[in-house]
Order: sequence, then structure tokens, then C-alpha cells
Amino acid sequence: MEIFGIPLRGLAGQLLIGLINGSFYAVLSLGLAVIFGLLNIINFAHGALYMMGAFLAWIGLTHFGINYWAALLLAPLLVGLLGIVIERTLLRWLYQLDHLYGLLLTFGLALIIEGLFRYYFGISGETYEVPEALQGGVDLGFMFLPLYRGWVVLASLVVCLATWFIIERTKIGAYLRAGTENPKLVQALGINVPLMITLTYGFGVALAGFAGVLAAPILQVNPLMGSNLIIVVFAVVVIGGMGSILGSIVTGLGLGLIEGLTRLFYPEASAVVIFVIMVIVLLVRPAGLFGREN
Amino acid sequence: MERKYIAALLAVSFAALPAAPASAQAKVSDGVVRIGVLTDLSGTYSDLSGQGSVLATKMAVEDFIAAEKPAFKVEVVSADHQNKGDIASNKAREWFEKDGVDMVTDLVTTSTALAVMKIAKEKNRIAIVNGAGSTRITNEDCNDVTVHYTYDTYALANGTGRALVKAGGKSWFFLTADYAFGHSLEKDTMDVVKANGGSVAGSVRHPFPANDFSSFLLKAQSSGAQVIGLANAGNDTINSIKQAAEFGVTPKQSLAGLLMFISDIHSLGLKTAQNMYLTEGFYWDLNEQTRAWSKRFFDRHKRMPTMVHAGQYSSTMHYLKAVKAAGSDDTTAVMAQMKKTPINDFFASKGQIRDDGRMVHDMYLLQVKKPAESKYPWDYYNVRATIPGGEAFQPLSASRCPLIRK
Repeated sequence: MEIFGIPLRGLAGQLLIGLINGSFYAVLSLGLAVIFGLLNIINFAHGALYMMGAFLAWIGLTHFGINYWAALLLAPLLVGLLGIVIERTLLRWLYQLDHLYGLLLTFGLALIIEGLFRYYFGISGETYEVPEALQGGVDLGFMFLPLYRGWVVLASLVVCLATWFIIERTKIGAYLRAGTENPKLVQALGINVPLMITLTYGFGVALAGFAGVLAAPILQVNPLMGSNLIIVVFAVVVIGGMGSILGSIVTGLGLGLIEGLTRLFYPEASAVVIFVIMVIVLLVRPAGLFGREN
Repeated sequence: MERKYIAALLAVSFAALPAAPASAQAKVSDGVVRIGVLTDLSGTYSDLSGQGSVLATKMAVEDFIAAEKPAFKVEVVSADHQNKGDIASNKAREWFEKDGVDMVTDLVTTSTALAVMKIAKEKNRIAIVNGAGSTRITNEDCNDVTVHYTYDTYALANGTGRALVKAGGKSWFFLTADYAFGHSLEKDTMDVVKANGGSVAGSVRHPFPANDFSSFLLKAQSSGAQVIGLANAGNDTINSIKQAAEFGVTPKQSLAGLLMFISDIHSLGLKTAQNMYLTEGFYWDLNEQTRAWSKRFFDRHKRMPTMVHAGQYSSTMHYLKAVKAAGSDDTTAVMAQMKKTPINDFFASKGQIRDDGRMVHDMYLLQVKKPAESKYPWDYYNVRATIPGGEAFQPLSASRCPLIRK
């Protein structure tokens, strides 16, 4: 059976791969959306912190014998702690200023973090093995699916949905959203808004660290892995609508699929297709697909 | 008033300086030979060249001074060209015009090499290319002040392509980085495959740089070709190999890394890279001489040298010896001396620089060891064949260099 001259088997395989890549976009853009939605900070350090997550997993395994599953918890925790330090010492001074200041500061941080890792680990990077329990794969008939890739989709979806649920459907989430709408009023009700904001930033970057650990067994762990990805992820956030939680999840997955299809029909365009869509969305719906016009 | 007078006096005496000490014996301009190492100190290629290239150059200078006790001084300067042609040419121009640099070297990535070669020709200084690989350097864009020393894409395609077809890998599929270098590597290899009786099942071009290769690998997998040629470099190659293992492409189909360095193998690990064929111009563990030099390099760099590092040392030494023999750092005299003298050291035996600038020397067809075969750190390759220089590189009869037709 064929569709547009492409065998159905090939199509199904590419769609599945698109979904796998989409789940990375979703976790990363979710972190950015949470941070932008609640702090109004365009976090350019996100890619560097994602890289850091991957490196922490590698350092943990190589030097301390910490296995993948522990790293999946520990690395995001450490990245989150670093995020808290960054928020308390640097970012908090910028909330009253234009977005541009936050962007410049986090961009500078990204350069420093990447430079440090490049200095200590070189550029070719390190190899992180797929954890034993997830080695091998299953033959789906239309393609060979490595177990680990299946796990990536599952883990990403669970984390994304849990985040969405907490922010949109629980009391803590309601405080968070209220705190960003009108911090003074919420503070008056006895809620510690600055603490809430600090923890939110920590959580947002912990998501980046989490994605980094997920990526470590698939990609070579190298200092530039984040900067290669971050521009695409920003495009995803813009298309989804800056700060929209659901938007970033749905767009992340959707764009992964579209990218996969492009690779099938016209691979040369696969690097630009997301940006073409971004341009169209910005022309038609400047606030993004899921964003609210102010 | 007085201060102004002194300043003017100083200016005049400095202006007169270069003409003054033109003594009869040493005609090295201002008594110093300056070598500029222009390389990638921070980007994708900084492991295969970068600081290691700066170190190899300095080692060559130290050894030259200790052994030859020249009448002139030698200085090494270095800078990061960030793999960008415009940065490279600005720096080279500044070095030539302001800092009196006589020879620029390393030049990783073809775009920087081509840009700097042009400036060198314009300013009549020497460029020795070790990092970049395109055959354009000694063909369409060749000139008489450039030497292409360590390797080129023709030699790599020729070595790996021919060996694999002969070993039974008749059908090929290419995974190609979508820019000039990838296209030329793909074309060079396709020609070799076809000339040796193989066939090409297809190719797919991926954006540069890319992270995820699974879509492209899936295509390569469904092509059913025996060999998948990786016409890309650096992290793209590393990630392609890693993901090919993940998706079960290897070991059913075999991979051919068309441009790989020992630094790539080191970072991939033998478990993933095992059994791959590749071609290099140097391996540290070839013989006593290569081991002796490489261990000295390792002691200072904490990593074994790539072929670019070894070529960097060898070419710098060859250049300095030519300056001494010519008794001058004049470009024409030094180039003539370098081309006249064969190169015999740990890097090359009976190496010779042709008129198109190509340094012809033996290349090595290597196969990556299995983890169990590797006995000590950096024990990565089995040498499968030594490809004599005459066979490894493009013959002069096929040259597209204008200097050759005359």
C-alpha cells in the first residue's frame, strides 16, 4: 500500500520518529512556557541547562556509579537547584525591566555554562550507554523501534501531562497563576509569592535537565547539544503561544510529526520547516496558536 | 615640546629600522620567522585541531631550535577562526600586514582555508593547510604559495571506498551533510565505488548540523544497501553511528566513516564504533617513531594526536628546515626549497610536495578494533593496508589546477 508514492511502512516509521522527536520539543518548550508564563523571562539558558542535565547523568555514571534511573531524578534536581540560585541572585532584579534584559542575561549565562563545559570536556563529547533494561527493541512490522525511544515518548508524555495538570487543575497551580496576574493581592492573602516564583523557575529548568538525561543515551553528550536545539524549541514556543502550557505540549508533538513528514518527502527542508510554520503563524495569529491576545 | 621631538625621533628611527640590518648572512626579515596557527579553538573541530595544533606547532619549533640552532628567532602566534571564512581572512590579513607573520597554518574547514589561501597569494606569504579536506585546495583554487599537507577528501574516499567494495560491499547508500563539503565527499566516493564495480542505491541529504538521524537512517535501512557511507563530519558522524547501532542498522549493514579522526573514535567508544573502516594519514601506534612522538605529545596534551596534529608538527618542521636551508624567509625561495626536499620523518616517508601544492604521502586503511582486542588506552585501530602515496591521492593527470596545465 502506498500514499503519495511512499510505502505505508515507511510513512508509519517516520511518523513514529516524528513523535519521538516531538516529545523532546514538548518537554523543553514546556519548561520555557512555564517560565515565561509565570515569570515573564525568556530563558535563553534553557539549552545550556538541558546540556548540563545530560552531562550530569554522564558524570554521575562515569565517576560515581550513579545509574540512569537515579540520574533521571538527581540530575533535574541539581539543575533545578542551580536554577534557584540563578533566580535568587540574578533574575529577581530584572522582573521590573523589559524582557530584553532577561533574555540578554540568560543568553550570557548560556555562553558561560557552555564555555565551561567545552573547556573541561572538549567538543567531541562523551558517550552515554542506553540503560540495560531498555536495550534492544521491538519489530513493529513497519519499523524496528528501539525500546529506549518508546520509553522517551512515555516518560515525556507523563511529565508533560502531570505539569499541565498541576498548573491548570490544582490549588497550587491556581495560586501560581493568580500570583502572576496580581502578585500584590495574592501576597496580601498570605501567600509567599517570591518563593513561589523561585520554585517555578527551578521547576522549569529542572524540566530542561530532565530532557537532557532523556537525550543522553540517544545523542552524543557534548557542550553544544543544547544550542543546536534551543532555537527550534523557541520556535515551538512561539508557534504554540508564549506562556501557554497546553500550547507548548501540543505544538511540540505536532511539529515533531510535521518535521518527520518533511524528512520523508523533502529532507533538505526539514531544518527550516518549523521556521516557515512560525512565520505563517505569526502573520495569521501573532499570539500563537494557543496564546491569548492581550 | 621636547616630548614631541622625542616621539618624532623614535618614529623616524623605527621607520628606518627594517632597512638597516640587512646583513649579508641571514636574510630572514627582521631576524624572526613568525608562524601563525589559525584554527578552531572553540567549535566543532577544536578537538581534532584546536589547541592540539597549537601545541604540535610549538613542539616543532622547540625541536627545531634545539637541533638546528638557527641564527634567527622563531615565534608562534595563534587565533580562533571560528570556522568562518571572513574571520579567518581578516585575521590572516592583520597577521601578514601588521605582525609580520611569514606562514599561516592549520586552517580547519575548507571555507577558511580557501579564504586564507587567497590572502596569502595576494600578500606573497605561505599557507600550509592541515585541517581542511576539500580537493578544491589543490585543484580549482590552487596557487603557488599553498601546501595541502595532511589529507584530502579524494584520498579518504579512495582509501575507504575502494577497500570496502573490494571486500564485497558492492551496494552503497549515502548519508550526506547538505553543504559543499558533504556533496564533494559524496561525489568523490560515488566515483570510486562505481569505478570499482559497485553500485549506488541512493542518498539522503541531512541539514547541517543535525541532531537526530533516525529518519535518515530508516531510509538507508530500507534501501537494503550493504554499505552506508557517511559523507559528514564531527558530531554529525558520531551521532549517525550511535543511532545506527540503536536502530539495528548495524551490524546488518556496515557503515563507512568517510571523514573520521581518532578523536571521534575516542569519544564514541569502541563498543559503538567497532569494525568500522576509515582512512587516515597517520596513526600514533604505527611504529616506534610514531609512538615516540605521540607519547611526547600525549604527555603535554593528555590526548593522543590526530592526523592533523601530526601533520601540523611535520609540516612546521619541514617549513623551518626549508627557511634555514634557503637562508631566507622569502616566500618563493622557501616554497622552492620545500618542494625540492623530500619529507622523511615519523609522519611521512619519501613525502613530496607537488607543483599543485599537494603533499603526497602514504595513507592508512584502518579498521576499528573490537573492545576485546584493545589492550591499552588509545589502542583503537587495526591497520588493514598502507596505501602508497601514488595511489592514495588524485593523480596529476586528473588535476584541474591551472599551475599544472602550463
